[in-house]
Amino acid sequence: MEDKTGVLVYGELAGTKLAGTTCELLECGRRLAADLGQRLACVLVGEVSDTAAAEAAARGAATVYVASIPQECAFDGDVHVAAAAAAVATAEPGIVLLGHTPLGREIGPRLAFRLGAAVSTDCIDLRIDPDSGKLIMTKPVYGGNALLDSVAQTAPQLATVRAKAMPTGEPTAENTPNVVHLSFEMPTTRLTITDRVQEEVEGVKLEDAPIVVSGGRGVGGPEPFTTILQDLAAVLHGAVGASRPACDNGWAPEAMHIGLTGKIVAPDIYIAVAISGASQHMSGCAGSKTIIAINKDAEANIFREAAYGVVGRYEDVVPAFTARLRELLAD
Amino acid sequence: MAELRMVVCCKQTLDPEAPPASFKIDPSGNRMTLPSDIKPVIGQYDEFALEAALRLKDSGGGTITVLSLGNKLVRDVIKKSLAVGADELVLLEDPSFEDSDSWSTAYALSLAARKLEGFDVIFCGRQSSDMDSGQVGLGLAELLGLPVVTLARKVERIDGGLKIEQVIPDGYQVVEVPTPAVVTVTSELGNLRYAVLKGIMAAAKKQPIIWTPSDLGVDSTEVGAAGRKLDIQRMYQPVKEARCEIIDGESSAEAGANLATRLREAKVI
Ligand SMILES: Cc1cc2nc3c(=O)[nH]c(=O)nc-3n(C[C@H](O)[C@H](O)[C@H](O)COP(=O)(O)OP(=O)(O)OC[C@H]3O[C@@H](n4cnc5c(N)ncnc54)[C@H](O)[C@@H]3O)c2cc1C
Repeated sequence: MEDKTGVLVYGELAGTKLAGTTCELLECGRRLAADLGQRLACVLVGEVSDTAAAEAAARGAATVYVASIPQECAFDGDVHVAAAAAAVATAEPGIVLLGHTPLGREIGPRLAFRLGAAVSTDCIDLRIDPDSGKLIMTKPVYGGNALLDSVAQTAPQLATVRAKAMPTGEPTAENTPNVVHLSFEMPTTRLTITDRVQEEVEGVKLEDAPIVVSGGRGVGGPEPFTTILQDLAAVLHGAVGASRPACDNGWAPEAMHIGLTGKIVAPDIYIAVAISGASQHMSGCAGSKTIIAINKDAEANIFREAAYGVVGRYEDVVPAFTARLRELLAD
Repeated sequence: MAELRMVVCCKQTLDPEAPPASFKIDPSGNRMTLPSDIKPVIGQYDEFALEAALRLKDSGGGTITVLSLGNKLVRDVIKKSLAVGADELVLLEDPSFEDSDSWSTAYALSLAARKLEGFDVIFCGRQSSDMDSGQVGLGLAELLGLPVVTLARKVERIDGGLKIEQVIPDGYQVVEVPTPAVVTVTSELGNLRYAVLKGIMAAAKKQPIIWTPSDLGVDSTEVGAAGRKLDIQRMYQPVKEARCEIIDGESSAEAGANLATRLREAKVI
């Protein structure tokens, strides 16, 4: 265990660039590596552009491992696990970080079990214990009702990290990346993807919107999502989101689902309409700068989370709120 | 096609939808508690996994074995799986299974699956409703060397395997996987059906099968707390100060308008 050193980030690509979560991971990895006096490396899997490799270097990766895989394998978990395992075998890191993203949620645990090591998933904080030099991993448990600090007994120490839980950091000056191409045996295909359907989202993307208006079970049906809530979001140039019950009921598409098992948003303003504020929902929006609650139940948990609130029926409150905002913003 | 043999892993957890303020950490500092009148439940996502298996059984027949690991499992909670239509309930139940982590849970379950022999598919929830780790299904697949499809919202049987609609960001993809395989299930699949009286009565007559570590051919030092790979340092609840400014008005509508004014004043908007 002692001879494993350094931090390895499993990076993800967004086209020719690095995904936002990967930038957060690299910043976190850079901090951990500095605290340990060790080096940071990054592995990129896919059709890796020079731009992406250079960006990883500029964000602190001393070595960028590149595993080229054909486009048709881009969504095959088996291939990603094999590539990640090859990177670990080559880099022999003490710490491996992945995003708690759709891909990382699968790769992280699979890689850990394949390596015979433990992983802590969905972490929101990582730090080095100054005494033991071990990685302390903090993750929310019980839907966000508590936090758990744990330490791995095994090496490497693996963690998947929640999106938007850590700062992105700034790239430093141009850096010529030290690229190492990984060779690994491509696993035989076990899964066949026969169709892939992704909705193109119109307007502001929920994850990037500076203002989010979300509706919960209390809105009572699908209609408010395209009327009352949509009108409010439109005035503020924001996006509309939803709690899980609203999506489960088919009132709003799954793409609007915010929370522990949905999207994570961290807008400047989050307006929760007829949402009770269950911890699992708050897991997806707690990073918002200002939370505003509109709920008819003065005892609802959301009022413990919000900075401003109105107790009342949303049907009465929201249209008047929207109308006054429209006046104010027109001035 | 031969009968489909399905295994569903179900974890008994504290009720995740109990009021947030009722969750309290016990004095040992690493165990969560709820008031005793709030009954434990089968993990939500595990219920969806069970529903996936029941739908396959509805459409093409087959058998369902439910596996649950723990200690002192509450019978009428865990037997709900039988009441809704599972054929068999196997409990990995022993004091040594207590305080498992994802690793020791998946390890013991993998041994149980091997002992069951000849299954076609293992269904798990995408994550537990208490630790939210999302590891056990994936770990089982790795330990058993099986292919895995995560986040299933629809599962159908095809020749030699399963056809699965897997949730991806802003959409879904259709994946075909040969059996045996592991499938993890997400909420979009739909809620577990209610038990009907006939099912409840049939379940009352069935006794769960109980396996201890020795039945699995494993030493008790390899399971539960002793088999953990992740050490708990501490569990804690960050204190939140209540600081919500409630905006009033003569009527709800006026309060709504006042909210806008106040937000402008505070330069929030
Ligand atoms: C493992 C797990 C994962 C989960 N993941 C998620 C997740 O990712 N996202 C998520 O959202 N949930 C998630 N949940 C579910 C979560 O626990 C809650 O059940 C859910 O968030 C509640 O949604 P809600 O607030 O819309 O509904 P409710 O809790 O039913 O609240 C509705 C609210 O509307 C108010 N209301 C009703 N009528 C009106 C009206 N006319 N005007 C104003 N207010 C009104 C009520 O007072 C109430 O507070 C998860 C649960 C589990 C167990």
